Amino acid sequence: MGRKLLLDKAHIENIRYYDVYRANGGYESAEKALKMTPELVLDEVKKSGLRGRGGAGFPTGMKWSFIAKPEGVPRYLVCNADESEPGTFKDRYLMEFLPHLLIEGLLISSYTLGANSCYIYIRGEYAWIPDILEEAIADAKKNGWLGKNIQGTGFDLEIYVQRGAGAYICGEETALIESLEGKRGNPRIKPPFPAIKGLWDCPTVVNNVETLAAIVPILRIGGEEYAKYGTGKSTGTKLISACGNINKPGVYEIEMNISVEEFIYSEEYCGGIANGKRLKACIPGGSSVPIVPANLLLKTAKGETRMMTYESLSDGGFATGTMMGSGGFIVLDEDQCIVKNTLTFARFYHHESCGQCSPCREGTGWMERVLKNIEKGKGKMSDIDLLWDIQRKIEGNTICPLGDAAAWPVAAAIRHFRDEFEWHVLNPEESQVRNFGLAHYADPLEIAAPAAV
Amino acid sequence: MFSEAKLNKVKEIIARYPQGKQKSALLPVLHLAQEEFGGWLSAETMDYVASLLQITPIEVYEVATFYSMFNMKPVGKYVFEVCHTGPCMLRGSDNIVDYIKKKLDINVGETTKDGLFTLKTVECLGACGYAPMMQLGKHFREHLTPERVDEIINECRVNAN
Repeated sequence: MGRKLLLDKAHIENIRYYDVYRANGGYESAEKALKMTPELVLDEVKKSGLRGRGGAGFPTGMKWSFIAKPEGVPRYLVCNADESEPGTFKDRYLMEFLPHLLIEGLLISSYTLGANSCYIYIRGEYAWIPDILEEAIADAKKNGWLGKNIQGTGFDLEIYVQRGAGAYICGEETALIESLEGKRGNPRIKPPFPAIKGLWDCPTVVNNVETLAAIVPILRIGGEEYAKYGTGKSTGTKLISACGNINKPGVYEIEMNISVEEFIYSEEYCGGIANGKRLKACIPGGSSVPIVPANLLLKTAKGETRMMTYESLSDGGFATGTMMGSGGFIVLDEDQCIVKNTLTFARFYHHESCGQCSPCREGTGWMERVLKNIEKGKGKMSDIDLLWDIQRKIEGNTICPLGDAAAWPVAAAIRHFRDEFEWHVLNPEESQVRNFGLAHYADPLEIAAPAAV
Repeated sequence: MFSEAKLNKVKEIIARYPQGKQKSALLPVLHLAQEEFGGWLSAETMDYVASLLQITPIEVYEVATFYSMFNMKPVGKYVFEVCHTGPCMLRGSDNIVDYIKKKLDINVGETTKDGLFTLKTVECLGACGYAPMMQLGKHFREHLTPERVDEIINECRVNAN
């Protein structure tokens, strides 16, 4: 069994409630932190090597150290609970089942940053979760962990929950801030970064739910000890939300020292490919990251075992690698159609583009239309090159990373599965009744062979 | 017009933000208004929200039209919002959409003649591991099968009576 730091107590009945959480060591990290100076807490976070769990993987301690501290200006902590990257549903699990873990993390983080107000911005569709969080906030307050003069330290903190209303782009931190200010979720041009000018133009840190929850075990065991979990610069544990054609979809906490193969095929995690099928491809970090065929997923181009770490997943760059991203692990079996899968993502990004930058606003719709034609058997060979050309012109030419996020899945699909796109064009009728199948993608890996019947 | 209780809720929401930043209450108040006034936001409703928050109506319109959860036209009493993004598609969401279409005799985006059901396809709702799924009101309905869809439709019909 892999070691756990976030979900180690998730199995305890009623851990969602304050009394049970407290009786099982809850708020002990906060107790410890409140006796330290904010600078010392920050040191622990830096030593832990914790990297942002929302997708970008930026070192959290460094992000915190950038926050401006002008005299008399309030600072804010914003918890990004807008979880909307297709394939990702880990933060939902934390908030639903371990709300006090998040609140404790918010308390320690706000104390460290000197923020007296903290906002949890949660995606609007998670409509039942604000009730869970607000109940937990009220209980924490009743027990002296929120409000005025927390535990006699003189530190004040209020936490508020704000619901979004259905916009993927609000997961981008500056769009989130705009939305929290009651505006359209149009990302801002950076700089200035939120650490200098964020919510209501005040210094602001925006962190993902899982990142903020991870602060609790870091304080519990110490930054140095936390850094001993995992591998290299991928320290600690990561929540992976596994979905698609696997036997056991769900949220798993992994220590970042296991192989992709173990994650997919072991009973402890995904339990192998569903229905005895073979593995075709995988998008290991949410819809934005490059899709890779089975033969590049389990081993790198150099033939090394691919590990569930930031570095190993991205080994080979976009030519042969992918990314850890948000940990939204999407598995495709041999019966799945890459063109169709890519089309659903292109449609998603078209729907979610805020419309500010023309390469993204126009390009995402264009890619969707071209992909739809190919998928319906009405595509031309030149359409494949056209798609490649459009995605090239979106990438890097937009204010926020949504443009890149829309371009990468299309680029990777063509890069690795061009023959499948060509097959759709050359076999317009056949492609409407059956899928392309596996071709060479699963070779030469024995592990991708069907389960023994 | 909101009831006294709802107006107090609005006040409570505005109090979450610093003085003069009441515009931040726009999304939460629009959610309240949509719940209160028939599941969608008419021009009158949006103007009313603008007056409550002391902002201009255009500031409300541009926000309400930006976010996909706000309905700009009337919808049925029960809105089936079926996810059809990649992870749900891989687990057969197309079949679920087709089944609902046949069962209710409507297309995507339409409402049944009795005004009871609206069918929508939506993008990823963050329930990929429990696919196929849909949102129904405040909650998710997961691991959908045709049988499960039948049960949900019956449940709605019973509740509507």
